[in-house]
Amino acid sequence: MDGQRPGLVVVGASLAGLRGAEALRDGGYDGALTVVGDEPHRPYDRPPLSKHVLAGELPAEATRLPQLTRLRARWRLGQPAVALDRERRELRLADGTTLPYEKLLIATGARARPWPGAGADLAGIFTIRTLEDARDLRSALALRPGRVLIVGAGLIGCEAASCCRDLGLTVTLVDPNPTPLARLLGTAIGGTLAARMRDSGVDLRPNTKVLAFSGDAGRVRRAHLAGGAEIATDLVVIALGATRDTGWLAAAGLVADPGGLTCDAACRVLTATGEPDPAIYAAGDVARWPNPLTGGRLVTVEHRGNAVDQARHAAANMLAPATGQIPYGHLPSFWSSQFGLNIKLAGLTAGADALAVVHGTRASRRFLAVYGRAGRTIAALSFDQARWLPAYAEAVAAGAAFPPILGATDRPRIETLAPGWPGPRRLEAHHA
Amino acid sequence: MRVVVDLNRCQGYAQCCYAAPEHFELRGHEILFYDPAPPEAKRAQIERAQQACPVRAIAIEAAGLAEGDEP
Repeated sequence: MDGQRPGLVVVGASLAGLRGAEALRDGGYDGALTVVGDEPHRPYDRPPLSKHVLAGELPAEATRLPQLTRLRARWRLGQPAVALDRERRELRLADGTTLPYEKLLIATGARARPWPGAGADLAGIFTIRTLEDARDLRSALALRPGRVLIVGAGLIGCEAASCCRDLGLTVTLVDPNPTPLARLLGTAIGGTLAARMRDSGVDLRPNTKVLAFSGDAGRVRRAHLAGGAEIATDLVVIALGATRDTGWLAAAGLVADPGGLTCDAACRVLTATGEPDPAIYAAGDVARWPNPLTGGRLVTVEHRGNAVDQARHAAANMLAPATGQIPYGHLPSFWSSQFGLNIKLAGLTAGADALAVVHGTRASRRFLAVYGRAGRTIAALSFDQARWLPAYAEAVAAGAAFPPILGATDRPRIETLAPGWPGPRRLEAHHA
Repeated sequence: MRVVVDLNRCQGYAQCCYAAPEHFELRGHEILFYDPAPPEAKRAQIERAQQACPVRAIAIEAAGLAEGDEP
C-alpha cells in the first residue's frame, strides 16, 4: 500500500459506502482507502430494522452487512465529516482532524425527518432509521404500550404498523392522504392495502393530519389533530420520510440541499457553476442525478438496490479516465413485506395517468399491475406475484407501450383505471 | 458469519429453505425471512443454500474477510 499519497476516501459507511469501497478494490485499486462514517458501527442493513428487528425476531446487531471483498481500508467510524474543502482536496471531521483525498465518494445517505411540530421533546416519540432507533423502539414495544400511534403511512410507517399488529398491540395509523402509500402507488392500489390493514386490525385514519403532541410528566399522551380532535397514545412512531444528509456540504460550493446532492449522469458532483468536480462522486440515497431510465429527470432514489448499483457504478467511474465516464442508468425498485404481503415495484410511478391489473385481481390481493404515462409503461407493481415482475421490469426499462403485453390468453381484455393521485403535498417531496 | 439476501431479486422459490431450513423461512406466498448472522459452524449449509438459489440472490462474507482491515 502506498503510504505517501492520500488515496481514495469514501464518506458514508452504510450500504452504498461499503459496496462502493469494495468496487474500488474489485476494480483493481491498490492504494490507500479510507472509509468515514458518522455512526460507530460497521455497515449494517437497514431494511430489517423496520421489520424483523421491531418484531423482536432479530437483534439489531445481527444486521451487520457481509463484506464481499477484502477492503484493506482504514475505518474512521463514529466520526462525521463536517466540511469539505474542494480547493485543498480535504475533508474536515468532527474531531477537528483533516483527511486529504485524491478522489472522494460521497455516500452520506439520509436521516429520518424528525417531528417538526410541538411536542417533539416528549419521551415516547420514535423514528426508524438507525440501528439505535430500531433497538430503542423495539425495547419500548417489548414493554407493551397500550396504544401505538404511527404518523405517516409510507413504507416505513406501514411496515411498523404491520409489526405492531403482529405483536398484538393496538395501532392507529394516521396519514393526510386518502390511503396508505398514496404518493408512492396511488389511491387505487393504496385502497387495496388499506383494506388489508383494516382486516389486520389497524385503526387506519386517512385524510388526517397531526398538528402537535402533548403529554404528562414529559411523556407523550395525546396527538392533536387538525380540526381539533385528539388521539390518546402511549407511544408514537414518526414515519415522515427522510432528508438527505448534505448539511456538511453547505460551504462546499456544490448543489446540495435536503433533497439531495446534484450530480451529472456519471455520478460526479456538480459545482455551483454547473461543472462536474472530476474528483468527487456521489452514490446512494444522497445522490440526485439525471437518470436516463426516468427520461433524464433529476431523481434521487432512496431504495436499497440503488445504493448498491450506484455505488458500484460511481466506483468504476472513479477508476476510469476522464474520457471513459459512463452514465448511470438505473431502474428504481423496492420491496416491502407487510401484513403478510410481499410488495415490489420496478420503475417510478410519478406522473402515471393509467393503471392496469394484468395478472390476478386486486380483490384477491395477489396481482401484478402496470403504470402508464402518455402511452408508455413506466412502472410495474407486484402484490405477491414476484415471478412476473422481471418480465415487466424489462418492459419498463425499454419504455414499452402501455400496457406492454396485449392479447394474452389468460387476460384477453385489459381494464385500465386511474391510479388516483392525491393533491399537492404541503411538505416537499421526499420519496422517489 | 454474515449473510444478506437481495430481496429485490428473490422470487420466493424457497430452495434456500430446503437447503438450510433453520436459517431461511418462507412466509405467506413469497416473503423470505432469513438469519443474517448464522453460526460459523453452519457455513456449509448456508453455502448450499446460496448455490441452490435460482436467482443468485444470496451473498455471504468469506471466513475471516473483515478482520484484515486496519482499525
